[in-house]
Amino acid sequence: MFRRIFKRTAGEHTIESNDNTFVPDAKFQHIDAHSQLEVRNLNLSIDGQAILKDVNLQIPKNKVTCIIGPSGCGKSTLLKTFNRLIDSVEGIKIDGRIALGDCDIINSTGAELIELRRRIGLVPQRPCPLPMSIFDNVAYGCRIHGIRGRRQLEAVVRHYLQEVGLWDEVKERLREPATRLSIGQQQRLCLARSLAVEPEFILADEATSALDPISSKTVEDLFVKLKEHYSIIMVTHTLRQALRIADYIVFIYMGEVIEAGDKETFMHSQNELTQKYLKGVFS
Amino acid sequence: MRTKYIEEIAIKVLMAVSLLTVFGLVAGIIWTIFHRGWSCISWEMIFSLPGGGFYIGKEGGFLNAIVGSVYIVAASTFLGLLVSIPVVFYLNVFLKGNSRFAYVARLAYDVLFGIPSIVYGAFAFTLMIWLGMRTSLLGGILVTTLLIIPILIRSMDEVAQNFPRDLLEASYALGATRLETMGVVLRQIMPGIATATLLSIGRAIGDAAAVMFTAGFSDSIPTSLTQPAATLPLSIFFQLSAPQAEVQNRAYAAALVLTIIVLIISLTGRFITHRFSKNKI
Repeated sequence: MFRRIFKRTAGEHTIESNDNTFVPDAKFQHIDAHSQLEVRNLNLSIDGQAILKDVNLQIPKNKVTCIIGPSGCGKSTLLKTFNRLIDSVEGIKIDGRIALGDCDIINSTGAELIELRRRIGLVPQRPCPLPMSIFDNVAYGCRIHGIRGRRQLEAVVRHYLQEVGLWDEVKERLREPATRLSIGQQQRLCLARSLAVEPEFILADEATSALDPISSKTVEDLFVKLKEHYSIIMVTHTLRQALRIADYIVFIYMGEVIEAGDKETFMHSQNELTQKYLKGVFS
Repeated sequence: MRTKYIEEIAIKVLMAVSLLTVFGLVAGIIWTIFHRGWSCISWEMIFSLPGGGFYIGKEGGFLNAIVGSVYIVAASTFLGLLVSIPVVFYLNVFLKGNSRFAYVARLAYDVLFGIPSIVYGAFAFTLMIWLGMRTSLLGGILVTTLLIIPILIRSMDEVAQNFPRDLLEASYALGATRLETMGVVLRQIMPGIATATLLSIGRAIGDAAAVMFTAGFSDSIPTSLTQPAATLPLSIFFQLSAPQAEVQNRAYAAALVLTIIVLIISLTGRFITHRFSKNKI
């Protein structure tokens, strides 16, 4: 462990610019690329207080799904249940079933849980770079999953920094601490870090709320671009953002799914609550 | 307006006076050590063992005490870190935030922190008698380890408690295990570990009471863990209690050596901390 911590790799990174050759490591091959994320009768309570009530959802593949609803309605909790980060909350009780293909999310443990978290990436609300250099931040995920080859890591770092449009801004200073980047850049770095372990789903928890308007536009555009290869689930409390980028909208109110459907259906919904929300009666 | 102005002046004066008092005290101690120690310090003092009658002013040096102190401090710091780093990780990474066990453990370390070192010495001495051990280097190392563990744990814990939880989640979300996540934690709290180590080295090297009964004193350098060992604070104590002024001055020479060792360790520690904390959030 110590060797990894104190290791300092010196030197410049000159990687061939032919990017089309990038192939993810064999460890990250998608076993079942068509696996669906499905929620069945999910009930979740914290210390006896019901947070999510009988949630049934089917998240479409290769779409941007926005989860919207007023503050405290359980959006983030639902998102954190998908990758089981909810485990760290005390007094939690979950019933029901969430499945990703054959994988039972709620009951997975050990290696299964680790593989699950790799398949479902997370972009946090506030960018949270690890206390390492820019290069090591992107390479971290690969390293913990056992990919050590320097050439492969360099290719991964380059590819995903390009993917999030950060490469040209940081290629001269890959060895600098990630904290020297601006907040917007840090958020894109976090996205690159998630992508580097080849997830199928990307969870974004209000990923643009801490960013300035220009950076948040960049991140939004990235999500729209990325849906070609990934399924994106984004929690947001700005209705306008959801309407801008979402293909599929899940509207949650007081822990219950009021509406789940594609954007058009949602906008012309006859549901009273949905109409009120759309008109901005509450937000 | 006027009262605010006066308040500000008063507070400023108070701060300046406090600072000067502390500074004056430190300067006074260092000046005394230098003034009385410098006149009789020599290479012979540092590099030779006490000859016959060293403690009544004859030839020799206190190499035995320097080496004994370095042995004890190095070994106990190593052992202390070995015990306390896992404790800090357990308290902060494995236990949940409002764990009752963590609360009790922290309280216990606070209590241990405040126990005078002579009590540690007496406790270890009783234990050694019971085990049939004699004063030895090993005894000194173990009791010093006990003495510094609360310091190490409490000062590292202070840093680790402020550790951003988001970082843990960021690491878990990528599929890292708790063990792998510790690598991240370790990087982040490295400066805290370094500060804790420096604090505990300072305490360990300067403490006379804990080693008095346990390590004993000896005029030669110990060649095994079962032999008694001399330490600088005890060497200073014995020489200071001599009636002759020149022997007392030698005590200041030993104190000078002690101060210089602490200074070197602190500077090195700060340099290393600075290098390893550049990626810190």
